[in-house]
Amino acid sequence: MAHQAPHSGTERDDHLRRSGINLRPANLLLLIPLIGTLFPMFYNRDSPRLGGMPFFYWYQLVWIPISVAVTLVVYRATRGDR
Amino acid sequence: MNDVELGIVIALFVIVTVMGFLAARWRRNADSHSLNEWGLGGRSFGTWITWFLLGGDLYTAYTFVAVPALVFGAGAIGFFAVPYTIVVFPIVFLVASRLWSVAHRQGYVTAADFVRGRHGSNALGVAVAVTGIVATMPYIALQMVGIQAVVEAIGISGHWPLVIAFVVLAAYTYSSGLRAPALIAFVKDTLIYLVVIVAVIYIPYKLGGYGKIFDAAAKALPAKPSHGGVTLKQSQYLAYSTLALGSALALFLYPHSTTAVLAARSRNTVKKNMALLPAYSLMLGFLALLGYMAIAAKVAPVKGTNGKPDSNTIVPMLFDNQFPSWFAGIAFGAIAIGALVPAAIMSIAAANTFTRDIYKPYFRPNASAKEEAQVSKIMSLLVKFGALLVILFVNVQFALDFQLIGGIIIIQILPAVVLGLYTRWFHRWALLAGWVAGIATSVWMLWYVPNPLTNHKHFGGAQWALSHIGMHTSAAIWIGIPTVLINLIVAAVLTPLFSRLPRGVDGTDESDYHAEAGDPRVVTMAASASGEVAAEGG
Repeated sequence: MAHQAPHSGTERDDHLRRSGINLRPANLLLLIPLIGTLFPMFYNRDSPRLGGMPFFYWYQLVWIPISVAVTLVVYRATRGDR
Repeated sequence: MNDVELGIVIALFVIVTVMGFLAARWRRNADSHSLNEWGLGGRSFGTWITWFLLGGDLYTAYTFVAVPALVFGAGAIGFFAVPYTIVVFPIVFLVASRLWSVAHRQGYVTAADFVRGRHGSNALGVAVAVTGIVATMPYIALQMVGIQAVVEAIGISGHWPLVIAFVVLAAYTYSSGLRAPALIAFVKDTLIYLVVIVAVIYIPYKLGGYGKIFDAAAKALPAKPSHGGVTLKQSQYLAYSTLALGSALALFLYPHSTTAVLAARSRNTVKKNMALLPAYSLMLGFLALLGYMAIAAKVAPVKGTNGKPDSNTIVPMLFDNQFPSWFAGIAFGAIAIGALVPAAIMSIAAANTFTRDIYKPYFRPNASAKEEAQVSKIMSLLVKFGALLVILFVNVQFALDFQLIGGIIIIQILPAVVLGLYTRWFHRWALLAGWVAGIATSVWMLWYVPNPLTNHKHFGGAQWALSHIGMHTSAAIWIGIPTVLINLIVAAVLTPLFSRLPRGVDGTDESDYHAEAGDPRVVTMAASASGEVAAEGG
């Protein structure tokens, strides 16, 4: 590739500064489903059962609607953001 | 052989075949000969079509067959599919919308297009492209495993139904492009939902309730070769978490996921879908439990073509065993169609990647949009026949082993793609070196994973025992997580060291990453094509 690199030091710093990441606090809500499901030591139990289903299974299934709700909240909070 | 089942499967297959060919005329634009049209369905799919397309794409027939088979054979660890498909959407929510925006503005068709444009490096683009194609090929082959499981359960021996299914699929994918799987996905998902809802109510009712099913599984699992159980062993925690997280990180790096995301009409369509797609996870969660229902119903897997019991036949056999023939036929049709949709999208995605990121930059920099579409169409045929040859003449087990490795390989493009969406801090050669380091350590670690069930000493799975590094534990870790960390560390350490080497030109602008549909600065396909030529030749 015969590109000349136009990125001098200052330009690169400038680039980093406006890296286009606008981390909105609402986005942090997206961590909730990860914390709820990625640590099996907290839910790896047989009881209490629900409709015959061990806790391990129904606990994780319950996280599906929670995850949908969280993502929808973030979607609504950030809709139309540029 | 069951004639009723066979008749219904054939009837459903004929219906989707007709739809596949008619799809060519569905929502068609005037200029139909470009990758935007053939390879991305005109980039026009709204919320519903995208939902069905992504659902049809990500929740494949292989998933429906293999996840319950894993639960049947190994117990609780197989339920990792649920946390996996829970965490994937919040993670991808932010990333996919940025990728959609920059691809929309710049006319990118693949993730490798983005990497090439962002980092100004053909070599890095090719590394990402080859990784994508290599990881996708066995995945396509595995879709045939889903069809083969149905064929065996109906009681037909031989591979000819598989060959017919794939020749027909190849023909309508060639003529209709991404519109074919998008249209067929409606049928596929409607049937799958119907079957799963009926199955999770009707089968437990017949077997005496979920309590009895789990009790039967708890009794039977410890006696199996995996020594599993209905809850995890402590030594399985790390494997469970890393497998779920790693699979989630890998999922949207596959070319077929990118294809379905980029076919969406707007950035908001992508975001909304990330919130709505977990509906499929609920279905997958219940589907996984079919593995325990099979244990409780004392279903035995059919002997495969290699003479060993093929645990992938467990779901079709359960349906055959529990449902009346006519409904088993519908269920089998759903699984077979469920294989065709992702196989079509995967072959289109692999073909687009080849055309845009290997063929065009290295062989035909001046290729027109029409030539790109033609090359992609031919590649989609070759990709499918390649996968068919693997199944017919190599070995199903080869495809199975390779698919396990696929996630570990594809996750190595994460730094170039995902971090690239957020920052240009990394040097292009440092990213390439990180990729080499990640792939190399993955292969090295995979070499030390045996599979006792198949008597393979090497490349037998994706979980690496921590005892290799002297830890006194039977815990294991999904290889992709440590190796992508090594990849990242190498890229981060080398970036400052490479500061004197020329950086690539960034073809994107910061405002690209937030662009929404209707943006006035969208680079049209033709303009983007000539613009790239200028950049590559400059």
